[in-house]
Amino acid sequence: MIARLRFDNTTIGYGQKPVLHSISLAVLPGEVLGIVGPNGVGKSTLIKAASGILPPLEGRIFINNNDLSRLSPSERARNLAVVPQARQLPEAFTARDVVLMGRTPYLGWLAGESEVDHRIADEVMSKTATAHLADRQVGQLSGGEQQRVLIARALAQTPSVLLLDEPTAHLDLKHQDEVLKLVRELALKEDIAVVITLHDLNLVARFSDRVALLSNGRVRDVGDPAQVLTPDELGEVYGVEIHVSSHPTHGSPLVLS
Amino acid sequence: MEKENPLISAGGHPGQLQGVRSRFLTPWIWAGAGLIIMAVLSAAIGPVAIPPNVIFKILLSRLPFAAIEIDWPSTFNTILYQIRLPHTALIALTGMALGASGAAYQGLFRNPLADPYIIGVASGAGLAAVLTMSIRWPSTTLGLITIPAAAFTGALITVGIVYMLARVGRTTPITTLILAGVAVSTFTSALTSLIMLLSTDELYRAIAWLLGGSALGGWPPVLAALPYLFVGLAVLIFLGRPLNVLQFGDEQALQLGLNVERYKLVIVAASSLVAATAVSFSGIIGFIGLVVPHLVRLLWGPDYRRLIPLATIVGGVVLLASDIVARTILAPRELPVGIVTAVIGAPFFMWLLRRAKQVRFW
Repeated sequence: MIARLRFDNTTIGYGQKPVLHSISLAVLPGEVLGIVGPNGVGKSTLIKAASGILPPLEGRIFINNNDLSRLSPSERARNLAVVPQARQLPEAFTARDVVLMGRTPYLGWLAGESEVDHRIADEVMSKTATAHLADRQVGQLSGGEQQRVLIARALAQTPSVLLLDEPTAHLDLKHQDEVLKLVRELALKEDIAVVITLHDLNLVARFSDRVALLSNGRVRDVGDPAQVLTPDELGEVYGVEIHVSSHPTHGSPLVLS
Repeated sequence: MEKENPLISAGGHPGQLQGVRSRFLTPWIWAGAGLIIMAVLSAAIGPVAIPPNVIFKILLSRLPFAAIEIDWPSTFNTILYQIRLPHTALIALTGMALGASGAAYQGLFRNPLADPYIIGVASGAGLAAVLTMSIRWPSTTLGLITIPAAAFTGALITVGIVYMLARVGRTTPITTLILAGVAVSTFTSALTSLIMLLSTDELYRAIAWLLGGSALGGWPPVLAALPYLFVGLAVLIFLGRPLNVLQFGDEQALQLGLNVERYKLVIVAASSLVAATAVSFSGIIGFIGLVVPHLVRLLWGPDYRRLIPLATIVGGVVLLASDIVARTILAPRELPVGIVTAVIGAPFFMWLLRRAKQVRFW
């Protein structure tokens, strides 16, 4: 199977200052890769590089075996979509307007949205349970609803890679659950490779297939959540004593400090 | 009207098809009707009043097959064709240019207070125009065509400087944008005044021009403005969709596949061209570019695909109305229209600000 997204010995940073060194990662279709690590370790930087807006300092990043840096913004956006945090959305647009903007990479200079674009918008809105919000202004929606609308917008790009940077940062427990379940389900159903950063280790443990633990500008460990999220590893990376048990209903690792 | 206002109906679910249909049609009807009414009034009102029905008859009598009995003094023809219509056309075009460029600048900077006047583009264009005029007052066709080109250059330089001064990281906050605009426009206005003082003979006309009184009469300025405005407005009207995407910020716009830098450049160029042309022939007129897009957004929503063309039409309507006030309020004296737009526009903007605090419409 060809990796949807692959970092090939990539060094990422701002200006000439590297933040992450020689990153090698691959994400397969249908797989959710969780990125964890202490604050400031470069989780968001990794997402920025994967989205193509931060060119790597060294090495290359591949989307479906295409060198990311050689793709135009619209070619990139057809293959790869980013779900930003639901903050500072232009609030007077309707949810439907926002979702249709996901069709941007398919529309030329003068073209308006076609019936196909509208049909795709309808489909992704029903997949994300946002169809009933279509005519509401996004500023009037709850944080969880806004986040689902943004996921719908990303799906409207019909991407093969989906990147999410702290999608649950401003959500309460119920909406966190909803959003992550949706992402998990979409990855499987649509064969999308998902990369997600979350600072809540328990959410990562529950919703990722594999976890990459970042520490000191490097990928310290990648693998099954149960293998990576261990007291020893986490204790060393986060610098506190950590206990790991097992979630009573889901069986995923339960991390306590 | 209340029902269709997306701000007021925001909480509910607007009716599906019926709502959509009327929402798409009514703004154009209102704005178009407003433009026609104001244009006719503008042509009718003056020291010699020409009744609107006579205006229609005069226009119709020009058509080859129209058999219309001539029951009006022949001086009406001259007044209408030589004085009123060119003036009305120039004012309408100026208003359209200001409305459209204001909307585009607001979208570009993602900043509700951007407008060619406030961000200093108008003064920058004005300085370049005055510089050109001081070399030779535009009595020739060549002069008429060079002035907008010079003003366009001035506008682009100014917008570049203001943008660099105002930018904080990746955003242009309201406060720094205004401060940069004030700094740059104070500087350019001072230079403009200096140049005008040095070229004494044309001083009065230049000052009148600068305050928004048209210093030139007849059709030549209208014809000179048309090609620039046609190009600039057409580009802006077609850029509605990219402007919508830009409202999510540069980063998201880029991730949505928009070639952000290229579109921004085209938007800056087109809106500066349009604003500079307005300044070249009608002087510096404030607040139209600020108030009109807000008014349109408030009435008909934030979608730039409709906002730009509607702000264009409504800009024409509002400036025609202001011009009628300017010509009649102290008749027979005529005020520069810039004074009227400032006197009406500034309090209106204060009201908008107050309202903005209650309903966040941006």
